[in-house]
Amino acid sequence: MPLYLFIARRILVTIPLLIGITLVAFLIANAIPADPINANLPQSQLNNAELVAAFRAEWGLDKPPIEQYFTYLGNLLQGNLGRSIKTRQPIAEDIARFLPATIELSTVATIFGVTMGLVFGIISAVWHNRLIDYVVRTLGLIGVSIPVFVLALIGLTIFHAQLGWVAGPGRLGARTPEPPLITGMYIVDSLLTGQWNTLRDAVSRIILPSMVLGLYIAGLISRITRSSMLEVLGADYMRTARSKGLRERFIILKHALSNAMIPVVTVIGLSYGTLLSGAVLTESIFAWPGIGRYMFRASTSQDFPAIMGVSLLIALIYVVVNLIVDILYYFLDPRIRAG
Amino acid sequence: MTPVSAQVKRRVRVIRIARRNPLIVIGLVVVLVWILGAVFAPQIAPYPPLTQNVSQRLQPPGAYTWGTDELGRDIYSRVLYGARITIPAGFLVIVIGSIIGTIVGSVAGFVGGFWDELLMRVTELFMAFPTIILAMAITAALGADIRNAIIALVIVWWPSYARLVRGLVLKVKRNEYVEAAHCMGASKFYILTRTVLPNCLAPTLVLTTLDIGNAILTFAGLSFLGLGPEPTSPEWGRMIAVGIDYFDQWWTWLFPGIGMATLVIASNFIGDSLRDIFDPRLQ
Repeated sequence: MPLYLFIARRILVTIPLLIGITLVAFLIANAIPADPINANLPQSQLNNAELVAAFRAEWGLDKPPIEQYFTYLGNLLQGNLGRSIKTRQPIAEDIARFLPATIELSTVATIFGVTMGLVFGIISAVWHNRLIDYVVRTLGLIGVSIPVFVLALIGLTIFHAQLGWVAGPGRLGARTPEPPLITGMYIVDSLLTGQWNTLRDAVSRIILPSMVLGLYIAGLISRITRSSMLEVLGADYMRTARSKGLRERFIILKHALSNAMIPVVTVIGLSYGTLLSGAVLTESIFAWPGIGRYMFRASTSQDFPAIMGVSLLIALIYVVVNLIVDILYYFLDPRIRAG
Repeated sequence: MTPVSAQVKRRVRVIRIARRNPLIVIGLVVVLVWILGAVFAPQIAPYPPLTQNVSQRLQPPGAYTWGTDELGRDIYSRVLYGARITIPAGFLVIVIGSIIGTIVGSVAGFVGGFWDELLMRVTELFMAFPTIILAMAITAALGADIRNAIIALVIVWWPSYARLVRGLVLKVKRNEYVEAAHCMGASKFYILTRTVLPNCLAPTLVLTTLDIGNAILTFAGLSFLGLGPEPTSPEWGRMIAVGIDYFDQWWTWLFPGIGMATLVIASNFIGDSLRDIFDPRLQ
């Protein structure tokens, strides 16, 4: 199957899922026992008849539910996610402001998590049922069992308060100037503009939260890497490779790893959802001004439109990441290309 | 074979499993300690969990076993009482979620056709949202309290069971004994509940034990975010959230954190060992 056909087919399958997601979001938004007016407009403006009427018209609240859904969908397609009660800004604008911080954090966390997960998984599989395997597996199990917010607090106490190796919460210190806005990701922006002090501060502050988040997925990835490697290591072509007299390191890195990677890539895609969930908790502890912290503040202040906007966005990101994973499959697994 | 020798054999088998998987023993002991602690909290705890004593606020561990919090409440007592919230909440989520998932999955797999398509598409929709995000949205819609947090988690939790059970049912229903039951004229309901489902039970139970730690973590996460029990509650996630404001008084957040970590680690030890026992391929 040629690449463009494969991608087109995958996107076609994704569309009903995306529509379904908006339906779920709409159902939750309409399942609230309270009047949506109360949930969506600030207290102080409930008596303002003009504003209430405008809100009803914008979201079609005087029409039957099915029409309401299509109004909602139409507003969504125009990028209208409603207005946050707390910040009083359009939610789409809020998200655009907070999203780069989360992307920066979760990208660095993915790099940490995937690297740790792969290394530990391979070690565990190559020396399986030896002492090192047990140690790695038990540590991994403990790693996925400690709540991220506890891990974050322990990390802050040890590496920031006690040892002073990393800077504290926040993306930048109070005295560090923000880099000029290009991508909104401080590390990238300060690199592009050559602001080395800002870069140093930004890196020093991102290490701890991204390690905490990364550990969260490293456990999952090392587990699947181990079992996938074990399956591959027992395959016939491994014996063939050995009997050809290839070197062990070459066999493991070239023959075993590339075949074992296929299920691992799926788990990396899936754990991106875990990562986004973990980001809500991590960001609220590290005062990281990203989407997670925005969602946290929205949920504690009953800012319902903001909550729905963020959930919708995160579900969309999740679906798109999994679409990308499927496309990666195409390159990793020659059987798909043939079939 | 006499019943006695069967009993002895079973005991030998249990001992062998325990010796090969020491983690399951550790896990069972720790979980048992927590359950006992939760059940007998009123007898064990030196102080009532909600009684404030502001003159003794933020005392480090010492006179009070694990110190006191910002209102002078005894943390050791609160952590014990917290287990009475967290453990049942985690269990409830898993039990209700797995029952709903099993019903949906078995109907989809057994009936097939249109219903299979419909039920599985709906299942996929719920799986498209990362767990805690969907749970947050639902709890925020319903209003934040323990009951709604559990409802939200059940809504988030059943899809993975539906998917698992559907796959199992599809596999089991091809077996010859199911066909035999068909030929004997057994009703569809009888075949599903008596011949197919019992054979799907073991993997489902393994998933539930693997999952319980996750459910506890997510419940505590919701509660940490302020979407669970009320702020004064001794629930662990809540205590940790309050403790962040007293970051330097590490005992305010560390002990409920240790409570949660030990409970979740222990239940993951059990789940992992069970999986190894049932699926020796991965060992």
